[in-house]
Formats: sequence, structure tokens, C-alpha cells
Amino acid sequence: MDTVFTPWQSLGGGILIGAASILLMATLGRIMGATGILAGLLSPSSAADFSWRAAILLGMVSGPVVVMLTTGQMPEIQVPVSTTMLAVGGFIVGIGVTFGSGCTSGHGVCGMARLSPRSIAATVTFMVMTGITVYIVRHVLGA
Amino acid sequence: MRLIASYISGLIFGIGISISGMANPAKVLNFFDIAGTWDPSLIFVMGGALIVTFIGYRFVLRRPAPTFETSFKLPTRSDLDLPLIGGSALFGVGWGIAGFCPGGALPALGTGRSEVIIFTVALLAGIFAAKALQRFAASRAAAA
Repeated sequence: MDTVFTPWQSLGGGILIGAASILLMATLGRIMGATGILAGLLSPSSAADFSWRAAILLGMVSGPVVVMLTTGQMPEIQVPVSTTMLAVGGFIVGIGVTFGSGCTSGHGVCGMARLSPRSIAATVTFMVMTGITVYIVRHVLGA
Repeated sequence: MRLIASYISGLIFGIGISISGMANPAKVLNFFDIAGTWDPSLIFVMGGALIVTFIGYRFVLRRPAPTFETSFKLPTRSDLDLPLIGGSALFGVGWGIAGFCPGGALPALGTGRSEVIIFTVALLAGIFAAKALQRFAASRAAAA
């Protein structure tokens, strides 16, 4: 499935992701990592710990709605994989980010920005493995 | 105020993810498909986010404490171990299969699309399974 190259839109989105990470660090002193925020929501250490995580999640989910209200369109979501691949991939992602303590936002943006050796190693590892997986799925298995 | 700051952080993140293309599996998978229908857009997402955060953190982390808490909650470990590398490798495999990552999928829940819900339910199942496995390993280690 072909997609259109959108450098400016993607750069704008990236800058907003960065701005959100800075704001959360400046106000609550926390890493803007989807894995950490979600994992903590499932087993919060206190009511106060639950509430800030729930507020962030609520904010995240409002994002596409605000985009629709301003542009008249929901953000484009094209899914070129089967339901089975979504479920299997999602399950593997869940195991991976739990043992790896983070994902693209926590390690790839916030951890890399702090020059954390663990985050740099994690990011290089998952980027390479994602590339290899996409190559195998598309060009070896031909899915 | 804590909750308003949290909500606004999440909202800006959600809008950023939405317009960047990170919530669109076709774009994500094409970024990694250099040998096929390559779409380099995502380098602008990660590059933009990383540069802005890198600069912003310099200023923020110079302060003694965040606005609404007594200290910054930063990971302190710097060692590389098997769970970190193995887990990250697994995450890459799953991301390459599904095209969604947690940071892309959570905001995308706001679109109400069934594909996002399926991925997120599977993601939660994976997190629960891994936590159970970690508890089991910890109890074995404690018993031994």
C-alpha cells in the first residue's frame, strides 16, 4: 500500500510530541512514555498516581477528536495487515515493551534526548528488528 | 493543576501523533520498507521530536524540581541487560508485524477504529502475560 511522503506534517507532529514531552517533564517531572504510563495505570501505586496517568490517556484520546474538529477529518489510519497480524503483533509488542521497559516514545524520544545508554541501545535494537521483520513479512513471506 | 497539566501534555502528544502519521500503520510499515514502498516521513517525526525534547530537557532539568512535584522521576540505570535488549528486539518484531506501537495506538483509540481496539486489547494481554512471567521468575528466585 503506497503512502504519500509528508515531511512538513510529520515534522510538525514530531515537534508537538517533543513539546508534550517537555511540558510533562517541566510540570510533573515524568517521562512521556506510552508504555510506562499505561503499565502504571494497570497497577498504580496510589490514587494520585492513577489520576495523572488517566488524565494523560484522556488527553491522548482527545487528540484525534481535536484534529477532526479543526480539519473536519479524522487522522488517516490505513491498516495493511490482517486482524490476526494485529492481534499477534500487539501481544508480542506488549511482552517486548514490558521486558524492555519502554517503546518509541519513552526510549526513542525521551530516553534518547537524555542520552541514556539503555535507551540508545533499546532504540537501535527495536528499529533494526522492525526493519528486519517488515522485510521478512513483505519480501520473504510475501504477506 | 497536576491533572490539567497531565491532560494538556496528553492532548498535545495525541494531536502530534495524529498529524505525524505515527498512528497510521501503512505509513509506519512503509518507513521500514526501504526495499519496497518506502516513505521516509517518520524520520521527520522522530527527528523533530528528538531535537525539540533534547533542547527542552536541557532547560527543564536544570531546575531543582518540576512545578507540581518535589523531584524529577528519571530512570537511573545505565547497564545493558538481556531483558532490555531481548524485550526491545521482541517489541521490534511485534511493531513490524502489526504496524502500531503503544504511543501510536493509544491516541488512535480516539478514532474509535476497530483495528486500534484489537491491537490495544492484544497489547494489554501481552503486558499482563509479561508481568505474570516476571512475578513467576521473581518468586522462583526468592524460593531458590
